[in-house]
Amino acid sequence: MIVANRKPFEEIMDMLKPYAKILLLGCNECVTVCSAGGAKEVSVLASEIRLSRAKDGIPVEVKEHTLERQCDPEYATEAKPLVDECDAVLSMACGCGVQSVAEAYRSKYVIPAVNTTFMGSSEEQGVWKERCQGCGNCILDRTLGICPVSRCAKSIFNGPCGGSQGGMCEIDKELPCAWQLIVDRLKEMDMMEKYLEIQPVKDWSTSRDGGPRKRIREDLRI
Amino acid sequence: MSTGSNLERVLKSGVFAVTSECGPPRGADPEAVKKKGAFLKGYVDAVNVTDNQTSVVRMSSLSASLILKEMGFDPVMQMVCRDRNRIAIQSDILGAAALGISNLLCLSGDHQSFGDHPSAKNVFDIDSIQLIRTVKRMRDEGKFISGEEVKGRPDIFIGCAENPFADPFEIRAMRLAKKAAAGAQFVQTQCVFNVEKFGKWMEMVRDLGVHEKMYILAGITPLKSIGMARYMKTSVPGMDVPEEMIDRLKSASEGKAADEGIRICVELIEKVRAIKGVAGIHIMAIEWEQKVRDIVEAAGLYPRPAINRL
Repeated sequence: MIVANRKPFEEIMDMLKPYAKILLLGCNECVTVCSAGGAKEVSVLASEIRLSRAKDGIPVEVKEHTLERQCDPEYATEAKPLVDECDAVLSMACGCGVQSVAEAYRSKYVIPAVNTTFMGSSEEQGVWKERCQGCGNCILDRTLGICPVSRCAKSIFNGPCGGSQGGMCEIDKELPCAWQLIVDRLKEMDMMEKYLEIQPVKDWSTSRDGGPRKRIREDLRI
Repeated sequence: MSTGSNLERVLKSGVFAVTSECGPPRGADPEAVKKKGAFLKGYVDAVNVTDNQTSVVRMSSLSASLILKEMGFDPVMQMVCRDRNRIAIQSDILGAAALGISNLLCLSGDHQSFGDHPSAKNVFDIDSIQLIRTVKRMRDEGKFISGEEVKGRPDIFIGCAENPFADPFEIRAMRLAKKAAAGAQFVQTQCVFNVEKFGKWMEMVRDLGVHEKMYILAGITPLKSIGMARYMKTSVPGMDVPEEMIDRLKSASEGKAADEGIRICVELIEKVRAIKGVAGIHIMAIEWEQKVRDIVEAAGLYPRPAINRL
């Protein structure tokens, strides 16, 4: 899923400064699962904004609403009556949701309330970690289910580099070295001979480097 | 086939090689390079020129290599994958070769979070092993990564680095074997302080026959002070400084720790030299280049074979 992180409150308040009527728009998908921008977080942030404005004596009206899926125009347009009434939309969805809303309401100022951080998974309650960079050319079979593109600080294909110490990465003592994990797995599966294969230069054109990507399923188009 | 590299010539002749290092300055003054170079003149077979080491912006390794070449050195231009994509990398390889730089040391590069621009975007389009292969292919097959033809092949002696003290230890010799298979002809190791562990690594290297496929130069760093030794032990990733070495520096009399550091360094050279498969040393006298000549002399490695000027 997409993992996001709420922006610092001061930054949000600073962006909201010119506006009195705010629609705080959550999303029921990834940001709900990672507790960054679902109905619950919308309610908490709305209260914080009201309290802060009340303290400063600046009037504000915050409407709360959470869409099923902000990145889907079908749902994004659903909020029209609420959007029409507000001065600005404060979106708690990921960057995809923010853009869908901005596109659906061209005359409305849309403000992001979260920083979209990565594609990851939950390792334990309350902990999410990056697992995929969407490079468009998956090689997880060759690295036994551990992604060097997203999990190695240098995205190296023939690791580990010289900074792997005690299973951890040199940039962060709490970050496991992806290549240590790969080597451990190769050993567990008795496939160490695979380690000697030199991984060739990667074709990054399928990644963001090839420009913004799109996927079309002709059979699904109307 | 041989390149114009003096280092290659020395290694091929069977002479125990000595290289050292010159870190370019954080400014545009060529005199800073010449000053450091002057300390090394006549005492090394080749001199490494670091490429924005520890991710701190410095004069480019290509420019500093040329300055040193003009002083009569055989430069080993270091190249990291952190700051360049394959287009810039291949372009710089051609540029270096065109300027008569004959040695290239292929590195991944320290992560930018260690340096003075931690908010920089890194590249890592290719990794160090893929870089080795790229140079070899350009030189031997006359092909770019794209498969297009190189018109005027770069004449480069290909080097790499390896850290025998990083983890997982058991793959460190295998990783060197991968580098040899990719085309690396020499390796300069991370600084050796723990000779016992280095010896074990060399044994694994020999078991894989890698010492017969490439020249192995052991990395040597003189310890300037107790503080430096402690810093290396605790703060530099992948560095293994045994406690007894720090104790020796501590027990040296007032103001004599540096001399003891040099003594330890010379002893280290003798020990690694005795290990089968070690073809030379690479002295990294960090901000202590003026001591290289003392070390080389004390280790009985002076004079050096005359540099072959092509």
